[in-house]
Amino acid sequence: MPYDPSDPQKDRITDIGPRYYKDFFPPVVERNYGKWLYHEILEPGVLVHVSETGEELYTVRCGNARLISNEHIREMCDIADKYCDGYLRFTTRNNIEFLVSDKAKLKPLLDDLKGRKFPGGSYRFPAGGTGAGVTNIVHTQGWVHCHTPAIDASGVVKAVMDGIFDDFGSMKLPAQVRVSLACCLNMCGAVHCSDIAILGIHRKPPMIDHEWIDKLCELPLAIAACPTAAIKPAKTAEGLKSLEVNATRCMFCGNCYTMCAAMPLADEAGSGVAILVGGKLSNRISKPKFSKVVIPFIPNEPPRWDTTVKAVKKILDVYAKDARKYERVGDWAQRIGWERFFEKTDIPFSHHLIDDYRFAYTTWRQSTQFKY
Amino acid sequence: MGKHNTPRLDELEKGPWPSFVSDIKQQAEKGKQALKEAPDDLLGILELSYEDKVTHWKHGGIVGVFGYGGGVIGRYCDQPQKFPGVAHFHTVRVNQPASKFYTSEFLRGLCDIWDKYGSGLTNMHGSTGDIIFLGTITDNLEPLFFDLTHDMNQDLGGSGSNLRTPSCCIGRARCEWGCYDTQEACYQITMAYQDELHRPAFPYKFKIKFDGCPNGCVASIARSDISVIGTWKDDIRMDQGAVKAYVGGELKPNAGAHASRDWGKFDIMKEVVDLCPSGCMWWDGSKLSINNKECVRCMHCLNTMPRALRIGTETGASLLFGAKAPILEGAQMSTLGIPFLPMEPPFDDLKEVVEKVWDWWMEEGKNRERLGELIQRESWQTFLKVMELEPDPRMVDEPRSNPYIFWREEEVEGGWTRDIKDYRAKHMR
Repeated sequence: MPYDPSDPQKDRITDIGPRYYKDFFPPVVERNYGKWLYHEILEPGVLVHVSETGEELYTVRCGNARLISNEHIREMCDIADKYCDGYLRFTTRNNIEFLVSDKAKLKPLLDDLKGRKFPGGSYRFPAGGTGAGVTNIVHTQGWVHCHTPAIDASGVVKAVMDGIFDDFGSMKLPAQVRVSLACCLNMCGAVHCSDIAILGIHRKPPMIDHEWIDKLCELPLAIAACPTAAIKPAKTAEGLKSLEVNATRCMFCGNCYTMCAAMPLADEAGSGVAILVGGKLSNRISKPKFSKVVIPFIPNEPPRWDTTVKAVKKILDVYAKDARKYERVGDWAQRIGWERFFEKTDIPFSHHLIDDYRFAYTTWRQSTQFKY
Repeated sequence: MGKHNTPRLDELEKGPWPSFVSDIKQQAEKGKQALKEAPDDLLGILELSYEDKVTHWKHGGIVGVFGYGGGVIGRYCDQPQKFPGVAHFHTVRVNQPASKFYTSEFLRGLCDIWDKYGSGLTNMHGSTGDIIFLGTITDNLEPLFFDLTHDMNQDLGGSGSNLRTPSCCIGRARCEWGCYDTQEACYQITMAYQDELHRPAFPYKFKIKFDGCPNGCVASIARSDISVIGTWKDDIRMDQGAVKAYVGGELKPNAGAHASRDWGKFDIMKEVVDLCPSGCMWWDGSKLSINNKECVRCMHCLNTMPRALRIGTETGASLLFGAKAPILEGAQMSTLGIPFLPMEPPFDDLKEVVEKVWDWWMEEGKNRERLGELIQRESWQTFLKVMELEPDPRMVDEPRSNPYIFWREEEVEGGWTRDIKDYRAKHMR
């Protein structure tokens, strides 16, 4: 019986939460839960996990645009039915994992996936994203859906992944390199601790829609939203209640726009890409680190963001050649010293890259240890 | 060619990475979505953004389903007359099953419902973890929710100033390093706090994520207000035979994670012993020894020799508090608050911690102040007091270097009230 709009409370079900995860476990997972002994990466994108019982589970990890259609999901389901008894999953970083319990189906699956392409030539399900390579780029909505972005997300991810695709399907880097993208400073995803982060930023203070701001917004909320106290109440010449932004105190974070629709700040020339490097969130060998801004601004260059792609590739190439095994990008930069990082990557060091926000002092160098 | 001319987006059909443009076109061409024009008009408005280099989505707009304060994000485009198919383009967050295992049957069921009410476009998944139904109109929200709950036994996820949908790593479902049942913990916490999830009553968002080990595959330390990270108390289990096999080259180190490059012969000294951050391992040529008391469980040696080294058996989780993205006061990783908590269902210990945090944060937190920012504003000492935790050097990287200590009156002999007359009797003005 369908929903009855004249009686919304009729048969209404709420607060039932997600489906119970065990509903979706392949039987081999159900039988071996907590008994897994070791794993092996057989080739890029292909894992085998072996249980104490001797049972094995094969996983084929494939890249995924994250923004996907029902048609694409249905194709995924057809593949899962054919080779995996219908079982599949997604990873934290949005890759697809086909779960193969029958070893005999592994090679046919891999061959099948290689042959599936979109009309434009891109792979539908490229295998990879394991080990010391790059995996999927965590990202959100960009111009596809978001009201606050400084850059697009899906387009930039497509362009960058095309550029570093070779490293998605291989494991030849010193350690895994996590590339993430956030289309604005809200950073919807762990972009602040990525090996390479692509971040959307603004560089122009908000415009004020004086005629509408008092009708659309709670002015005190917008004022309180500003972390640098750059916003204060104001009255227009016509006597309308409004706000004023002290442009020299503004660092274009956009939090005021998040609180108030009448203060947009995106701009075709002002908004664009910042590149950060050196973050990590695992505790392996060294402690977690934040990503650091190394390129303060690259303009938006739709549709393929050539300069951004070049910058990411350059950093990746230099790191791949220079770092020691197991060193993450941040570990490597720290060991060689940031002056060497900028020298080797041929990136200019400008005043923009010196911290002047809350914990600035802790990032300056209080030592005579430097390299010429 | 589709409905709109999209020369810029068409460039993104080239290249090996799966093209979202090709996929949206596929849905526009072949899909059975009720909002027939949505995929085409999405491409149209996106192409316009590619020309203008600015987004064409309006700010906010509150929509939802009765009785819930979140789970649906309102979205309207700012050129509805040109792109009526995406005039309304709300997203619906659907609470994913813990660690995102699916059956084709379930996914097809979701696709059928989504075709019936939406654009046919999804995100698998959103960053928090939810399945995202990308783009529907206001009138379809209630019937969509009805069908989801009735036909798929499936609820929405969270949004707004609430408990956001918890998520977890794959844990013991497939990983040899799962220190506790991440799925069961994630599921039970999600179910215990359905009210907090669906009805925003907090100062701001609150995230709880469950990592099975310090490798951190669900990134809880980077983005959770409470990070639950698996750990163990006792000794790393060792198989010396397997260690020798790694040294001898019979076993590939790192489970083959570096296999596409020739890094030379595996050198256990250089690659394991010397890289140990606490220097607690040694190799005498035939036996690997670990001084487990000095181990900080960074996972490097286990990651490098998974067939030789295993996690301990006295397992549980470390709880860390206060991670967040830069907005507003700067980014934070979460800070270690509880070194070890047993993680046995029904997770009463954990629930006690969660509720103590919420009690304090709901009372003291300013509007849009994350837990981490409140702790910074109020001090870690205050946090310890409300959490009823003892101070522990494990909570700090180093003790304070400024001596500006807020002594409490009861700690100081004689208290603070003194009579200036008594003082003057001994010390002339």
